[in-house]
Amino acid sequence: MNILKVQNLRKAYHTKTNEILAVKDFSFNLKQGEFVAIVGPSGCGKSTILSILCGLDKASSGKIEIDKNLKFGYMLQGDNLFEWRTIYKNCLIGLELENKLTKENINYVNKLLDTYGLKEFKKSYPSNLSGGMRQRVSLIRTLATKPDILFLDEPFSALDYQTRLAVSDDVYQIIKKEKKSAIMITHDISEAISMADKVIVLSKRPSTIKNIYEIKLTNKSTPIQNRKAKEFAYYYDKIWKDIDYHV
Amino acid sequence: MYSKEHKEYLKKIKINKFLIRLSQLLIVFLIIFIWQFAADKNLINTFISSSPKAIINTIINLYKDETLFHHIWITFYEVIISFLIATIGGIIIASILWRYKFISKVIDPYLTMLNSLPKVSLGPIIIIIAGASTKSIIIMALFISIIITIINVTQAFETTDKNKIRLLQSFKAKPYQIFFKLILPSNYNNLINVCKVNIGLVFIGVIMGEFLVSKAGIGYLIMYGSQVFNLNLVMTGVILLAIMASLMYYLIIFIEKKFQK
Ligand SMILES: Nc1ncnc2c1ncn2[C@@H]1O[C@H](COP(=O)(O)OP(=O)(O)OP(=O)(O)O)[C@@H](O)[C@H]1O
Ligand SMILES: [Mg+2]
Repeated sequence: MNILKVQNLRKAYHTKTNEILAVKDFSFNLKQGEFVAIVGPSGCGKSTILSILCGLDKASSGKIEIDKNLKFGYMLQGDNLFEWRTIYKNCLIGLELENKLTKENINYVNKLLDTYGLKEFKKSYPSNLSGGMRQRVSLIRTLATKPDILFLDEPFSALDYQTRLAVSDDVYQIIKKEKKSAIMITHDISEAISMADKVIVLSKRPSTIKNIYEIKLTNKSTPIQNRKAKEFAYYYDKIWKDIDYHV
Repeated sequence: MYSKEHKEYLKKIKINKFLIRLSQLLIVFLIIFIWQFAADKNLINTFISSSPKAIINTIINLYKDETLFHHIWITFYEVIISFLIATIGGIIIASILWRYKFISKVIDPYLTMLNSLPKVSLGPIIIIIAGASTKSIIIMALFISIIITIINVTQAFETTDKNKIRLLQSFKAKPYQIFFKLILPSNYNNLINVCKVNIGLVFIGVIMGEFLVSKAGIGYLIMYGSQVFNLNLVMTGVILLAIMASLMYYLIIFIEKKFQK
């Protein structure tokens, strides 16, 4: 079942000096429980697409159909933690804004903090945490309001390679366990193949869809395991050629 | 328990801090001593430059006349009132300008103009409108500090991280929520700095006001002293001002530390 339908999305930015066509034509559907990755060259309009889908920006034209009852969780590029709030308070900000600081929700946040190894850091401030921990806090902050669809904008870009693998494994499991649908932007082709059910490859700006790959791996399991699947190299090669990094 | 190395490190910091304080005190005593010495030996004209002893005597006399604390209180009162109105009012106006960018753009050139205008020139107008009273003094001090407060605070608000604003918007935050959850707390240091600058500006305004419409206050003491050629009184006023201004500055730092906890 499709929970999100996008048709011929187009977005132009207007500044005083010129007009930038960021997205030329973008259409796709998201199914319930599906994990979609979007890859494409830098500056091609990935963040733009995401912010339009979750309602922060307006499209210039095109049609977006979304089930009105669904809730969005948007994880921006960068963790954007509030330095003056404790980790715990950072996680609660969404609930505060939505006036939903119920016992049940607070328990849920506590459980998430506990599960993802941040319990001892509840009273710490963000500056005392490593990049990986901060990213996890940012994810918990997003999950706290119990969104149905997650929009992730390069969620792991601030992390070193080792942490990146570990955290993306974590995040993947959280998303699957909580039965969320997700759209994730990434620069990392391996990450896209190892995590997503579907990879959308965008062209250079103004972006259009170059290709969509249904990722079918034998013995599909966690992202780290998936990297060992025999089809992995095949997809990697295809996507690499699509993106055509030689500019 | 700290290691030995860490203890030594802490000790070194402590000793260093002590030496700094000691040197600072020494400078004060040295100045007072040289000043007094030069006065005693007639190396300087005490009629013009006064002397520490004469200043202390003047203070004691003012105290005996029961006017010392009256003057201090008057100036203190004017400073505090103007400071509170300028700072709080300035922040409120800046918040409105942050919320309504259109208004902000419209009044921008006027703010810039008012900011570069020498505010003393408004003195006579203020006195004609508000009368030769405390009211004029406070208005004077307000004019000097509120414009720059508005400009600085608006600028600080504008530079708030756009991504953090978007984060809150993704939770459907309303403008007032963005303001209280993000804009205000993230600019805490900027606001404290504005307070520090304002204390100085308000003092300038109040003393200028007291020069113009003086009945009481430290500015009045200085003005009166200069008119009757009692330079001891003038110097006393200046010293009292210096002490008051730095005390208030430290009061702000104290409040800053208190709230940071
Ligand atoms: N607010 C804006 N005003 C004007 N132009 C913009 C604005 N935001 C983005 N752009 C332009 O639109 C294009 C797409 O930007 P976007 O941030 O969506 O790219 P991206 O694919 O997410 O890039 P990256 O991979 O570097 O994150 C860029 O060329 C950028 O300069
Ligand atoms: Mg981006």
